[in-house]
Amino acid sequence: MKVVLQNLTKIFPSRDKKAGKEVVAVNDFNFEIPDGQLVGLLGPSGCGKSTTLYMISGLQKPTSGKIFFGDDDVTELSTENRGIGLVFQNYALYPHMTVMQNILFPLQNLKGKDKLTKEEMLDRAYEAARLVQIDELMDRKPSELSGGQQQRVAIARALVKMPRVLLLDEPLSNLDARLRLQTREEIRRIQKETGITTVFVTHDQEEAMSISDVIVVMKLGVVQQIGKPQSVYDDPQNLFVAKFLGTPPINVLEGKVEGGKVYIGSEAVLEIEGVEDQEVYIGVRPEGLEPCADGKLTCSLNNLEVMGRDASVVASHENAISPVIRAIISSDIKIDPSAQSVKFNVKPHKFFIFNKETEQRIYFEVK
Amino acid sequence: MSKSTTTVMQARDIQKMSVGQKIVRVLSKTGTYAFLLIMALIVLFPFYWMIISSLKTLAEYRQAIPTFWPRQIMWGNYAEAFTTANLGDLFMNTLYVGLVSTVLSLVITVLSAFAFARLEFKGKETLFGALLATMMIPGELFTITNYITINELGWMHTFTALIVPFLVSVFYIYLLRQNFMQIPNELYLAAKVDGTSDIKYLWKVMIPLALPTLISVTILKMMGAWNSYIWPKLVANDDAHQMITNGLRNAFTDTSGQANYPVQMAAVAIVSAPLFLVFLCLRKYIMSGVSRSGIKG
Repeated sequence: MKVVLQNLTKIFPSRDKKAGKEVVAVNDFNFEIPDGQLVGLLGPSGCGKSTTLYMISGLQKPTSGKIFFGDDDVTELSTENRGIGLVFQNYALYPHMTVMQNILFPLQNLKGKDKLTKEEMLDRAYEAARLVQIDELMDRKPSELSGGQQQRVAIARALVKMPRVLLLDEPLSNLDARLRLQTREEIRRIQKETGITTVFVTHDQEEAMSISDVIVVMKLGVVQQIGKPQSVYDDPQNLFVAKFLGTPPINVLEGKVEGGKVYIGSEAVLEIEGVEDQEVYIGVRPEGLEPCADGKLTCSLNNLEVMGRDASVVASHENAISPVIRAIISSDIKIDPSAQSVKFNVKPHKFFIFNKETEQRIYFEVK
Repeated sequence: MSKSTTTVMQARDIQKMSVGQKIVRVLSKTGTYAFLLIMALIVLFPFYWMIISSLKTLAEYRQAIPTFWPRQIMWGNYAEAFTTANLGDLFMNTLYVGLVSTVLSLVITVLSAFAFARLEFKGKETLFGALLATMMIPGELFTITNYITINELGWMHTFTALIVPFLVSVFYIYLLRQNFMQIPNELYLAAKVDGTSDIKYLWKVMIPLALPTLISVTILKMMGAWNSYIWPKLVANDDAHQMITNGLRNAFTDTSGQANYPVQMAAVAIVSAPLFLVFLCLRKYIMSGVSRSGIKG
């Protein structure tokens, strides 16, 4: 089932009438989520990603715009009739019911032609439980389960009625680091097995990048960029997206374009074509800096962090906006940790320049 | 720290305690228990007195120096009490009023607590504030206005007069609303996603979760009906509608001008028994419900 968002906008009126500032949580969101894909809505808190999710679920009504499931306009349809599954951040399991009763609950509410017999319900519940591997725990109460197990119950409850769309609100944020890795693989597996169109919300870019087919990066209610995780990472459309994706984060410096050369301070680091002379922000991915004896960018060396497979050169530069300049290099490359400075060459495809006012990407040709 | 390590550490601490500390501990424990014992005796003595009095003959009861154990046990007093006071009818009247008012007021309490806790509507806070404000008015003041109202409506000497004025209890609504508000909002949203209506969510999720509070409300309401005295005496003190408290008061005083106290005591014992049993079985809920609210019962 594809999901289409058309000019979706949500405005929250201000609480205090005198202060009078309304909040635009989501601003003119247009997107078609292809059938059977896993989409990650990504952004810092307050960017409107959860609001978008709640609008898809019907728990919040859009101020304007439309939502389609397939060809059906569901904008006015209430949550209970939309046929969606939603997993909440805190799982929202019914504490007085057993795992079994929790999973059965959505089925017991089916009406009319969808109504199931007792046997069918049990079959479906066990099927869902097996899918998330909790069929051993059916008689427990939620309080007797670990966080990871509760999470699985919540997913089973969302899946059991075979929803048209599965929505996950920060599904991993209440789990510890190890479980988080495991569970995100699990979510990916379940999504692949069921083929249900899935939207999940996260503020953790690594999480989104690792399992999504498509990511949507949002900021202050406005969609910044949509695309495959790798292509968004490789080809950010603005400074925000470049900064938001990637660990360790991108290095940002102030510089200028002058006479077909990009300058950082007084050093020309790259020769380019097709860009007018102007002040710019420069972003270089940590893996885009290569230490080199005749490198064009000189930074003062702070220290060297060796992490086994690769090493991280931590340096600083007076034009840097990010607190340090970080380069990830293979640990085979030897750097003298006692040296005062280090010189880098930049890899052009890991090197981006952005307009200083609009912070939009400026595309260039390498000469 | 896990539970077992805590207890191990406590055990070690106790071993380490010096003799002096031990004496202080024993003394303070003894003091506490002695105090509790005396208090328990004070509370229980009237009950004891009621039971032994109910088993005495009238003559023994009238002795200047009371006996602490009846010389001749008069089980017959109980049978006499039952017939003289027409206890059967009184029980039925009281049970009827108690059950009807409890059921109706539970429905009202649950629905309004749900509205105040979960629904969004204009003037919610103002309305709730107004309701709470009525709690400041002493109950005795209501007696007068209620009496006038009941009289105007022509409800004198009916069960309606006994039931309707007390159906809405702001205190219970407040109690349950607080309980409902502790239930996370996500459960409501989850139930919406799972396809429930508001009423089904209330029935399937909120009521089970608030069950302890509902049970205490039920018990308190039943006790209220059972123990009510002044209001029934004012508005429905005829034979057909007499409640148990008034029945007891009237039944034994007007025979031959002399009250037969042992029989009256027997009747009182019979009447107290159901409440006593209810309390014994459900005291866990009564205590939890009342202590959670942090105020009176």
